[in-house]
Amino acid sequence: MRLELEGLTKRFGSLVACDHIDLTVEPGEIRCLLGENGAGKTTLMNMLYGLLRPDEGRILLDGTPQTCTTPRDAIEAGIGMVHQHFMLVPVFTVAENIMLGRESTRRLGVLDQRAAEQQVRELSERYGLEVDPTARVEDISVGVQQRVEILKALANDAKILILDEPTAVLTPREIDDLIEVMRTLKANGTSIIFITHKLKEVKAIADRITVIRRGKVVDTVGPDASEASLAELMVGRPVQLTVSRRAAADADGEPASGATAEPSEEQAAESADDTSDTRPVQLRVERLRVVDPAGRAVVDDVSFDIAGGEILGIAGVQGNGQTELVEALMGLTDIAGGVIELAGQPITHLEPRARLDAGIGYIPEDRSHDGLVPTFSVAENLVLDLFRRKPFGSRGRLSLSAIRTNAEKRIAEFDVRTSSMHAPAGTLSGGNQQKVVLARELSRPLKVLLAAHPTRGLDVGSIEFVHRRIVAERDRGTAVLIVSTELEEIVALADRIAVMYRGRIVGIVDADTPWDELGLMMAGVPPEAAARQAEEHPTVLGALEDAS
Amino acid sequence: MSHRGTVQDRGLTTDERPRPASPPAHIAVGESPEERRRRIRTAIVAVTLAAIGVVLAATTDAETVTFALSSRFAEDGLPDLRLPALPVAVALSAYALVVALAHLFRGLRGRVGIALWTGFGVAFVVTFLCWAAAGATFPLTNQLQGTLNVATPLILGALAGVLCERAGVINVGIEGQFLAGAFAAAVVATVTGSMLAGSLAAIAAGVLIAGMLAVFAIRYRVNQVVIGVVLVVFASGITGFLFDQFVEQDTQAFNNPGVMQPVRIPLLGDIPVLGDTFFNQTPLVYTMYASVAIVTFVLFKTRWGLRVRAVGEHPRAADTVGIKVLRVRYQAVLIGGIAAGLGGAFFTIGFTGGFSKDMTAGQGFIALAALIMGRWHPVGATVAALFFGFTQQLQSQLQILDTPIPGDLLIMAPYLATVVAVAGLVGRVRPPAADGEPYVPDATK
Amino acid sequence: MRLAEHVRRMSWLYEVTISAAAVVLALVAGAVLIIVSNPAVVATWGYFFDYPPDALAASWTVVSDAYAALFLGAFGGLRALSNTLIHATPLICAGLGVSLAFRAGLFNIGAQGQLIVGAMAAGWVGFTVQLPPVLHLVVAVVAGLLGGAVWGGVVGLLKARTGAHEVILTIMLNYVALYLLQWSLTTEAFQRPGRDDPISPEVHPSAQFPHLFDTRLHMGFLVALAAAVAVWWLLARSTAGFELRTVGANPHAARTAGMNVGRVYTFVMLLAGALAGLAGTQQVLGTTYPLTDGIAGTIGFDAITVALLGRGSPLGTVAAGLVFGALTAGGLQMQITTQTPLTLTTVLQATIVLFIAAPALVRAVFRIRARRATGPVQALGWNA
Repeated sequence: MRLELEGLTKRFGSLVACDHIDLTVEPGEIRCLLGENGAGKTTLMNMLYGLLRPDEGRILLDGTPQTCTTPRDAIEAGIGMVHQHFMLVPVFTVAENIMLGRESTRRLGVLDQRAAEQQVRELSERYGLEVDPTARVEDISVGVQQRVEILKALANDAKILILDEPTAVLTPREIDDLIEVMRTLKANGTSIIFITHKLKEVKAIADRITVIRRGKVVDTVGPDASEASLAELMVGRPVQLTVSRRAAADADGEPASGATAEPSEEQAAESADDTSDTRPVQLRVERLRVVDPAGRAVVDDVSFDIAGGEILGIAGVQGNGQTELVEALMGLTDIAGGVIELAGQPITHLEPRARLDAGIGYIPEDRSHDGLVPTFSVAENLVLDLFRRKPFGSRGRLSLSAIRTNAEKRIAEFDVRTSSMHAPAGTLSGGNQQKVVLARELSRPLKVLLAAHPTRGLDVGSIEFVHRRIVAERDRGTAVLIVSTELEEIVALADRIAVMYRGRIVGIVDADTPWDELGLMMAGVPPEAAARQAEEHPTVLGALEDAS
Repeated sequence: MSHRGTVQDRGLTTDERPRPASPPAHIAVGESPEERRRRIRTAIVAVTLAAIGVVLAATTDAETVTFALSSRFAEDGLPDLRLPALPVAVALSAYALVVALAHLFRGLRGRVGIALWTGFGVAFVVTFLCWAAAGATFPLTNQLQGTLNVATPLILGALAGVLCERAGVINVGIEGQFLAGAFAAAVVATVTGSMLAGSLAAIAAGVLIAGMLAVFAIRYRVNQVVIGVVLVVFASGITGFLFDQFVEQDTQAFNNPGVMQPVRIPLLGDIPVLGDTFFNQTPLVYTMYASVAIVTFVLFKTRWGLRVRAVGEHPRAADTVGIKVLRVRYQAVLIGGIAAGLGGAFFTIGFTGGFSKDMTAGQGFIALAALIMGRWHPVGATVAALFFGFTQQLQSQLQILDTPIPGDLLIMAPYLATVVAVAGLVGRVRPPAADGEPYVPDATK
Repeated sequence: MRLAEHVRRMSWLYEVTISAAAVVLALVAGAVLIIVSNPAVVATWGYFFDYPPDALAASWTVVSDAYAALFLGAFGGLRALSNTLIHATPLICAGLGVSLAFRAGLFNIGAQGQLIVGAMAAGWVGFTVQLPPVLHLVVAVVAGLLGGAVWGGVVGLLKARTGAHEVILTIMLNYVALYLLQWSLTTEAFQRPGRDDPISPEVHPSAQFPHLFDTRLHMGFLVALAAAVAVWWLLARSTAGFELRTVGANPHAARTAGMNVGRVYTFVMLLAGALAGLAGTQQVLGTTYPLTDGIAGTIGFDAITVALLGRGSPLGTVAAGLVFGALTAGGLQMQITTQTPLTLTTVLQATIVLFIAAPALVRAVFRIRARRATGPVQALGWNA
């Protein structure tokens, strides 16, 4: 089916999320929509899928204008969508999720569970997407959940399939599988719109690439376009594609310790040159175990240590225990066993408050959920952890003037773009919210910084900023733990990489380990075997990544 | 489970695929610290109860206890059941103690666990009765009859709550629906002289309050606990006002509906002891039986039920497959109103035969508690409501028996039981994931 | 900075506008109720199209008579005013308890129970213990505060420890408190000697709140105002208040920032219970003197509507307490002079809060321009 978008526009208040977008997708084409976080890709697709109503413009399928005002209309018109956040009911079975909205029933609206399961089996056989129709969605891995999402769209005979950032939850090997599925679908004449912000994937997958920036189509190019040119189109200026972990102190000439006032700048400068093995271990974790309410080990026998001035990256597909690991280190979740030491002192049983005071900084993975109070002002958010200490609080009284002074300083220092320090933090852009969190956490003298997905959902400018700050913190002698599901980010920043799979650390390897090897480790293959197998079975993306 | 092995197994070249070498870590490794805490907490409560049972057994001071198995006025009733009070009480309380201790040290699970716990409950209650009614006659059929009388509206109210909350709308306003239903049933049944008309009026009143809940919660996205509380005040005010203004002026003309006549069901009604209690009842009670079955069936076996549960768990997912989330929520809340209205009708035309101000006396909140103790499941809620009915009835029975415990203290039992239950005794309670969260269809996120 | 101040003032104005509009709408709804419940007036509407003035005049008369009586009963003279303030006093205190819990994200439906236990404790000290005048009053008040604090604190502790939902806990404890009171009034310690009905002895004069201005208004009113100021200071100017508000606005972020959310819940419910206990204390030491099983009336439930009308702010709560105090005082007068049942005020109260809770509805009626919606209550479902 041929899809045409003509002048599609969507405004949210004063923000124009999509600005007169024209787009044509031919039958059987794989089209990538490339753009930064917040460029308007998802908004555009939500309009196509009937979740949002366009303010202007129209949608044509095979030349016929559509009036898709609800997802039902879109589904009936042959459009399917796999959302970035899966639209699956966790307590339902796979079959129930797939039949939802188009249930097969017997008389009186009674569900025909068996027919539904049979249909899932047939579909999964036809497209080679293996799932157990009777499994509960909450019990299956994210990779399999994505298969369920794709099957859901296929069950509705989708002629146009929208995939919104589908690779975020997959290992490189699974991405290869996904590419395979996409090619099968393409061969059947299905058009695919593939949304992403990752340059390499685009080149590996797309027939054509449409770049979107600030709600506008910038250009449409072929897959042979260079990464640098794609990046420039996407961001609007030339960008350094990877922030080097070694570049921090001298990359832009700014002193790294500009972030905070407390530690001296000389100290920062001298520490930058040291090698990590001469430094004392700041964070030591031994045989850490966390068990979830259902009794499963989600962090299983995890041991590692990080020296001052070192970045350890935790790689792995989302949901393999990284979240629980970091929460355990912060004291936010109960641990079932193991020891955590901070600069030689055991902190295993300390409360979060005491750990913060002992010198741990924490950038939580979900900033608006855990990092900020969206309804509080920026100024208040900047003292969320320090409000009891002087000068902000003394003998139970809050010093509003000290809070204001602090806010002025931090906002200037971290370049937080806000209308006022009294503006609710929830009104800031994602990048500026993260700057507020950073400003707060880095304003204390730290021994260890825990950064969970520090750049998730940010635009390129903010990503650069956050990376620079983190590397600068490392150069000041802080031990840094970074968790990210984006392997590129880990590879770019970390001095050593630990790969997590189903709660265990598969191995801790050097930062220059080949991409495919890391990818295999993310699927649970131990390092030596991974090295062997990676050579035998290179993946499409791996070849591209290692080349750059 | 299926988590394992599915990551890599797909594809045309399965044989050549590299396979994960490390063993899967997501296997059950016993209980989590949280589960352990919960089990110990539960066990401590159970041991305490069992210990109370032992003390009661030890202080049982009469030789026999008598359970009357038929109404005193029944012509061909069964003979009374006489039991040796002390031995029975001692044996049963000892059993209860063993079960509680077993849970403390080992943990009781699965079907055997459920059976043992059911035995625990029965043992505790019988021990208590042996102690309380020692040397006297405990009217067992009265107790059952009374239990049913109290539980009928509770069950209907809890079913209303189940329907609402499974669809994602918290219903704290069951009490208000009860009041409106009770009032409408009394007045309309009196004016028309028809119990059916009264019941229909009660349904209309219950649906009306449900409609207000729905509009404010779904359309205006008002905090649902707030709206529930306010609806209770509103229903109390409006029924009180109309009662003061009209009804009380002429009770004969407006508030003299009488009580529905019981209908004996052939065969079932002839079962000894139970038949007369459960199958010689008013149509409202039979409606309650049917409602439990229907709500359970509809929620878990039909298309509409699947959709209701979907919008209560993950409304956006439902929306993306073309389900009209708000419409399903409206339907669920309004249909719930039918059950709650009938529950209200029971207070007047099912039981007392007349309306008085605020006569539901908080039973709507108990229905809410039953719904939560029953873990948002129609059958669970029914069991919880029967338990509440049992204790409330026991309280009035014991006042007649002149037992050592003051009725005012015993009547606290269901409320305290609920506190203990929500504090972790009933295990992990998981409400529908989107319960209480308004849904905005055209959202930016 | 100046812009922010401006916006803040605007939002204040907006909230007051919405609240006032809600009161007006509720009065209109009440007027409709008065008209349709009066057979004589309804009869005139039967021939409205033949002769409209009859219906309009009759309607106007019943409504204006009722509301005039209500107004006079609330504000017409010193006696009426003092009645309003007497009724407002416990509403303000219990309302503050509910508001404070709101700000920490907790829905305290238990003011009724906390109030009852507070009244029991204060009353018992008042009629059993013998102490010198001022000291006796102070000790009795402290007992009342403690009683309420215990009843509220249990909820906070259980929520903190077990995650039990406070709405269910407080509803259940309301009934437990009520039956506790009923039972205690049958015991020797509480029941007045020589009586069979549930009533206690009167509290000694040394433990009674002194009267003000030669009216029935007592010092408890000033205590209520002081409590409002204290709550304001706590919320706006103290570190404990900052922590409390953070927990209320985002408990996850609070935990991440090192706050002990459970401890905050316990602390808040202790305070909220104490405030409701204070309301009970004012009832027994200032208004009724003996303890009866009806001592709490519906104050604890009305406190919820007071807190909602007051938008969770201390100043707003005082204002809302005065409004509902006036409704009660005026409603009693209205019942006497025009035979309009007092229950009308319950309807008005519920309607006001309904409209308050749904600003979109009020805006639609009055065509007020929308602002960014910020509700007073954060807690959503059982999962919260």
